[in-house]
Amino acid sequence: MSLQRVVSVMRKEVREYRRNRFVITTMAVMPIVFLIIPMVTLFRVPASASGSQVKAAVGAMSLLLLIVPLVIPPVISAYSVIGERVQGTLEPVLTTPVRRDELLLGKAAAAFVPSVGIAYAIYFIAAVAIRVGAAHVVSAVIWHPPQMLAQILFTPLLATWSIWVGIGISARSSDVRVAQQLATLAGLPLLAFTSLISFQLIKTSVPLAIGLALTLLVVDVAAWRVVSQMFDRERLITGTSAPHAHRAAQ
Amino acid sequence: MRSPTSRPDSPTEPPRRESGIPPGEPVLVVEHLTKRFGERAAVEDVSFSVAAGEVFGFLGPNGAGKTTTVRMLGTLIAPTSGSAVVAGVPLDPAKGVELRQRIAVMPETPGLYLRLTVAENLEYFAGLYGLARPEGRIERALEAVNLRARASEPCGSLSKGLRQRVGLARALLNDPAILFLDEPTSGLDPVATREVHELIDGLRSRGVTVFLTTHRLEEAERLCDRVAILNTSLRTIGRPDELRDRLFTKTLHVRTGAPLAAPEQVFAGLAGVERWQGGDAAVYELVVSDARLAAPAVARALVAAGADILSLHEERHSLEDVYLELIDDDVEAGT
Repeated sequence: MSLQRVVSVMRKEVREYRRNRFVITTMAVMPIVFLIIPMVTLFRVPASASGSQVKAAVGAMSLLLLIVPLVIPPVISAYSVIGERVQGTLEPVLTTPVRRDELLLGKAAAAFVPSVGIAYAIYFIAAVAIRVGAAHVVSAVIWHPPQMLAQILFTPLLATWSIWVGIGISARSSDVRVAQQLATLAGLPLLAFTSLISFQLIKTSVPLAIGLALTLLVVDVAAWRVVSQMFDRERLITGTSAPHAHRAAQ
Repeated sequence: MRSPTSRPDSPTEPPRRESGIPPGEPVLVVEHLTKRFGERAAVEDVSFSVAAGEVFGFLGPNGAGKTTTVRMLGTLIAPTSGSAVVAGVPLDPAKGVELRQRIAVMPETPGLYLRLTVAENLEYFAGLYGLARPEGRIERALEAVNLRARASEPCGSLSKGLRQRVGLARALLNDPAILFLDEPTSGLDPVATREVHELIDGLRSRGVTVFLTTHRLEEAERLCDRVAILNTSLRTIGRPDELRDRLFTKTLHVRTGAPLAAPEQVFAGLAGVERWQGGDAAVYELVVSDARLAAPAVARALVAAGADILSLHEERHSLEDVYLELIDDDVEAGT
């Protein structure tokens, strides 16, 4: 594994995204929407609100903030393979010494950094704004340490899952838009998992947050390995799979 | 084969690769290579070798298997059977990275990132080849294709011909032992085509081994030391003049002012003349073993017989004639 190649792939991807109006617009608008909606809801919760009202409002916000790392990465990752195929750049890349995992990790890192950066930024803007302007009952729930830890741990892990799903679908898709839509949908079931904590159906605690984070980590590593096996040079170029021995050595 | 001239690398040219394979020695050896997609054979039992420093033309009609062969040799797709040694590395799944380090492939469309500048495109590929301090290499590659002044322009703003040149610069970055060019002039106008030809000529003069797939026969005839004609299986291989000699008899065409009274007496026993035919319209076709020997003898015999010679010339067959002869055979045979 060559770090230089991984960094090269990542740098190229970031340069391309920065000049892609669709990607920039989507990554700018989507987080703002996800930030404004829950903030408006939470600022309207009165100080006298009941525990269940607060729980529902905070749960909705928490869920929306966890949707961000699931829906932003596919904008980038679902484009990463099929986009290159469509514009004819994949074949020249595959004729270089780059290994399958170097290419995939570079692409994943390029999607991970901005997605997680945006997701964290939104979360901390929301948390600080709520601390300053929302009712204390709301602020207390948001600034509950296990809740914060869960949010901080889950954000990159959910993003990673979403990225691998996006790249996996991208490697098997023939249309960029379809890949992006499928990848977004495919990432959402994992929200059921985090909703348990968002809506406090499970009482959050530090060990529970860490335990669930470790579970997500295992899922992410498994997803990487599955996507790596799906990445078959011959299939990407000709549409038919290479013999297993050939595929394994890529 | 034209011998590559040896001249030191100038600061404006990519340095020559130390492939360890001396000029003239095989740098690419292909044996019984076959690729099937399901029941359909794309390439069938193809064997040939290419010497270091050679410009080797791989000709064939659309769908003949040229690109499939290049993709196999570039480890993009796996052969169904057969073997090859590419730049000293066996074609083996486990050796893919090592093999790709030693070659460069320019596909039919250059496949550039249109939002990135020329320099950024090359920088990316320099990184993929693992080149340390690639700035010098990038500069030399751009210089070699006369694009240094356009390094900061987005590739999307370049013409098709210029994009092809960027593709060539990219292929030169790693100083490949073999440079595979897949239809490099496809879709280019005559001026851009000539520029690409000049670049390939420049590569030849620096001893770069070029594997050129094309269906433009005049291109192959102009650029290639040897050619192979493929139509799923290999139909023939050799120098263009060798192929002509192999497939066609050498013929002298003679046209006189009036039909000869006794042509059999004029042409019989002349040096180099094997047989002759014609005469009705004062036109004669002479099959000869050596035109340079036969033509003066024929001219002297005609003058001695009192004939007025209107024309006397050797029939020249082009590579296109060779190609059409072979491919038409395939069409007639239904392959």
